[in-house]
Amino acid sequence: MKNLEIKVENVTRLEGHGSIRVKVKDGQVVESAFDIIESPRFFEVMLQGRKYSDSAPMTSRICGICAVSHTTVSLEATEDAFGIVPTEQTMLLRKLIFHGEMIQSHVLHVYFLVAPDLLGVGSVIPLASTHLDVVRMALRLKKLGNDICAVVGGRHVHPISMAVNGFTKVPAKAELSALRERMVAARADLAATVELLKTLPLPDFTRETEYLSLKGDKEYPFIEGDLVSSDGYTFKRQDYLDHIKETVVPTCTAKHVKAKRPSYMVGALARFNNNHELLHPAAKAVAKALGLTAPCHNPFFISVAQLVETVHCNEDGIAIIDQLLARDIKMEPNTVVTKAGRGVGVVEAPRGILFHDYTYDADGYMQKANCIIPTGQNIANIDHDMNGLIPVLLNADKGEEEISKTLQILVRAYDPCISCAVHAIEVEFVK
Amino acid sequence: MKPKVAVFALTSCEGCSLQILNLEDHLLDLLGQVELVNFREAMDEKREDYDIAFIDGCATTPHDVEELKKIRAQAKVLIAMGACAVQGGLYAMRNFHDHAKTVETVYGKDMAAHFSHSLPVRPLSHYVKVDHNLYGCPMDKFEFVEVVRSLLLGKAPNIPDYPLCNECRAAENICVFDRGMTCFGPITRAGCGAICPANGKGCEACRGLVSKPFIDSHKKIMKQHGLSVEDLLAQFREYNGYWEETHEKSGN
Repeated sequence: MKNLEIKVENVTRLEGHGSIRVKVKDGQVVESAFDIIESPRFFEVMLQGRKYSDSAPMTSRICGICAVSHTTVSLEATEDAFGIVPTEQTMLLRKLIFHGEMIQSHVLHVYFLVAPDLLGVGSVIPLASTHLDVVRMALRLKKLGNDICAVVGGRHVHPISMAVNGFTKVPAKAELSALRERMVAARADLAATVELLKTLPLPDFTRETEYLSLKGDKEYPFIEGDLVSSDGYTFKRQDYLDHIKETVVPTCTAKHVKAKRPSYMVGALARFNNNHELLHPAAKAVAKALGLTAPCHNPFFISVAQLVETVHCNEDGIAIIDQLLARDIKMEPNTVVTKAGRGVGVVEAPRGILFHDYTYDADGYMQKANCIIPTGQNIANIDHDMNGLIPVLLNADKGEEEISKTLQILVRAYDPCISCAVHAIEVEFVK
Repeated sequence: MKPKVAVFALTSCEGCSLQILNLEDHLLDLLGQVELVNFREAMDEKREDYDIAFIDGCATTPHDVEELKKIRAQAKVLIAMGACAVQGGLYAMRNFHDHAKTVETVYGKDMAAHFSHSLPVRPLSHYVKVDHNLYGCPMDKFEFVEVVRSLLLGKAPNIPDYPLCNECRAAENICVFDRGMTCFGPITRAGCGAICPANGKGCEACRGLVSKPFIDSHKKIMKQHGLSVEDLLAQFREYNGYWEETHEKSGN
């Protein structure tokens, strides 16, 4: 039987440093792991003793790609600790900027990180000569997502105006109207993206696992609601520690996270599986056109779910702008009265559920902080997927190079955000 | 021949690397002027024959330091991208905590030994010669274009070395101090267009100090507005902990 050893150091087209390590002996997978090797940054410690108003700008710097997610969840945790309920206008603006980040992040992943695999090239750069229209379209969509973030939050990377209990600046109606026009125009680009994705073959592999996400009530959830598992249980956000557990693995600077089973999945596919009924009709139509039906157990379909969500966020973003335009957008007082206690924030970052858990003293200085990152939650699931996928590839007589390549595509499908998880990727085959 | 460019990330949030990809309107033009040979976040190719290296992040492990020195040995021009690379940035805040305790807090007592390899957070210039700095958290993407353009033309990039107040006044913002908030505008390097004051917040000095900061007069402004130096220092540490460390030692 076959022996095989694969090691891929610094897997490319990922946000951060990670490696893949695989060992097959006599045809049996004895080791398959995705290790994160990013340098740890110890945010939980840096936050200690800092004033509440620093929590969001500091944790935004966990990740340049999902800075809006970290900012939003941080504000939620602080507001929960102080018993603050943000206004309707604040919630609308937060939902809008969140959609902007989701579009930016999903478009970056689908076009810049995944599409090169499916088109058989090493990056988006050669596509500029072979598929210039596609590249231009990708850049237009990404810019739209970024500009939504800039109009609402003041900047593309690391928002400025998002604050505890409100905003330090609100967008002008004219800026929102201009965005709305571009979002309407983006429908054509998104439709073209759907046609493109139809032509690209996704690896056929399924492995059922547990899917964990926020639970929508009336809306497809990104920043509100309790949690729900595909295994049929729900729990309140403040009770998350009763249901998931962080563990430290010596080879990996990102903590692994488990619920009831050995692994679970978070992110676009988990959200789709748990909340697909709440998607905008246009997004549902895209899912149908691309053959995505709930429950879907093929991790390579994460990219499809991301495109479905991109369409949803664009449509829901238009609806939010319409609501904002129909009312007075005004500067509201963002008064904060501190009090001692613990607060929990939970949002759906582009890559999945993100928890921030803070304890403040009476003057609003941080005593204890913990952040649980989507990629940390997905790592164990990636390991289990690799473990399931390798025998399939071996049985199909695939060689070392192709196995290594497919495993990298798998890891990339999860869109792991390694900067986030450490608070990285290499493939290692061991013969 | 087009210059060969590489983009590397050490310990960072990769937000500055992302700023390059966020240059949507200029990206294709830029790629026409240079040959991108190594950029892990965006491409598979990893060539080592680059002329110009952009580095995102700071060196916080022996591995980072080794990689940094290797890059310096190859690159004709080395550019630090963003506050982490230029002045240590936000992560330098951890230098003010006992490191062994820090590792234990995050990874637990039993596992701490596996993660104790971290070094104090240092900017790139602590280890190697840096040719140009791109300031800010994140770096300003148009300043990045300015640096690339200057390198292509063989001239020095035009990076401001005057305080942010100049830019902020020109933008006709209401003074942040008059709005009752703390601001580092009087001593911070301009170049961001006073983006934080324009969005209702004080400057947090993410671009670091101008080369000759009038710190005493800044303290006076703080006092006039009833703000304490302690408040100021805590805030200043957010992006300039390394400066604080090195200036404490030299008594400045």
